[in-house]
Amino acid sequence: MSRFNSSEAGWNLIFGAWFVTLIATFGSLFFSEIMKFPPCVLCWYQRICMYPLVLLFLAGMFPLDKRVWRYSLPLALFGWLIALYHNLLHYGIVPESASPCVQGVPCSTVYINWAGFITIPILSLFSFSIILILLTLFLKRIKNEK
Amino acid sequence: MKNKKKIVLFAAFAVVALFIGGAVSYNYLENERLGFLAQENSEVFVRDYAPRMGAKEPDVYLVEFLDPECESCRAFAPYVKELIKEYQDKVQLIVRYAPFHKNSKFAVKILEAARNQGKYWEVLDVLFRYQPNWGNHHNPQPELIWYYLPEAGVDVAKIREDMQDPAIVKRIEQDIADGQKLGVRGTPSFYINGAPLENFGRSQLKAAIQSAIEDS
Repeated sequence: MSRFNSSEAGWNLIFGAWFVTLIATFGSLFFSEIMKFPPCVLCWYQRICMYPLVLLFLAGMFPLDKRVWRYSLPLALFGWLIALYHNLLHYGIVPESASPCVQGVPCSTVYINWAGFITIPILSLFSFSIILILLTLFLKRIKNEK
Repeated sequence: MKNKKKIVLFAAFAVVALFIGGAVSYNYLENERLGFLAQENSEVFVRDYAPRMGAKEPDVYLVEFLDPECESCRAFAPYVKELIKEYQDKVQLIVRYAPFHKNSKFAVKILEAARNQGKYWEVLDVLFRYQPNWGNHHNPQPELIWYYLPEAGVDVAKIREDMQDPAIVKRIEQDIADGQKLGVRGTPSFYINGAPLENFGRSQLKAAIQSAIEDS
């Protein structure tokens, strides 16, 4: 019985992570396709990490695959690191000249600024952080089960 | 299991619906904002100094934000010309600049200088024709423009002199400022009597012009 409950809770964690990636994916597509903000290079790298997670988590939910973290965690981790770097750039902690964006849109361009601090890179970092937290909880649960 | 599938389906459906709903309302609000701009603030679209072609007293103003170094502008140029010819007593083309590339401003200055010799469109043709050579993104060689320029039948020495005119820089800056106000993020960007061309494409542009003529 306890095993059933714990896998149920595990499913909920993956579902939560999937939902976050879904919102992040459609949100970023809204910014680029509807509001026509051209994504900068760093945004693309984060997208590369975020978009596949939608399908990975989905596949890992039916039926629940306990090893889903093995495939999703590296992507989430890389995405999180790039998002972190992007934010440091955004806030001027890392100078723009040190960034890889030479052509096109500078990565320090601010498109949206809601409530004075919510920018696109912050949203990305926030999403990747939640995914990492949920995956960590999931991992703990699996380890406990063994 | 069945419930889980339902939850996932519902969540996916909700997010997609939110996306579509958001897109529709965003476009609606954006059009309303631009429509308002077109009435109250039409000089954002049409500045007195901007080069123009076509009808003298037009029913329809076709504003094109272009960049001489942009490949799509090059590809679109013959078609725009054709359209202006077809509707020459109804439509006026107004060229504004959105210099998004590295050497765009240099090319624009040459273009503007050509106006003093009445060779604007000829020079624009030459710039577009040889764009793959001088405006290659991997190896741009803007100096090559000087080599091709005589084909437009202009006095090159005079262009070199005239392009230093500070008034040209001011025009470019005004165009950039207006473009930002209108949200121009790509070239070419078209506005038909102040309404943005919603779906980019040849037939779409023609349809938009036709319906604007009918409305006028």
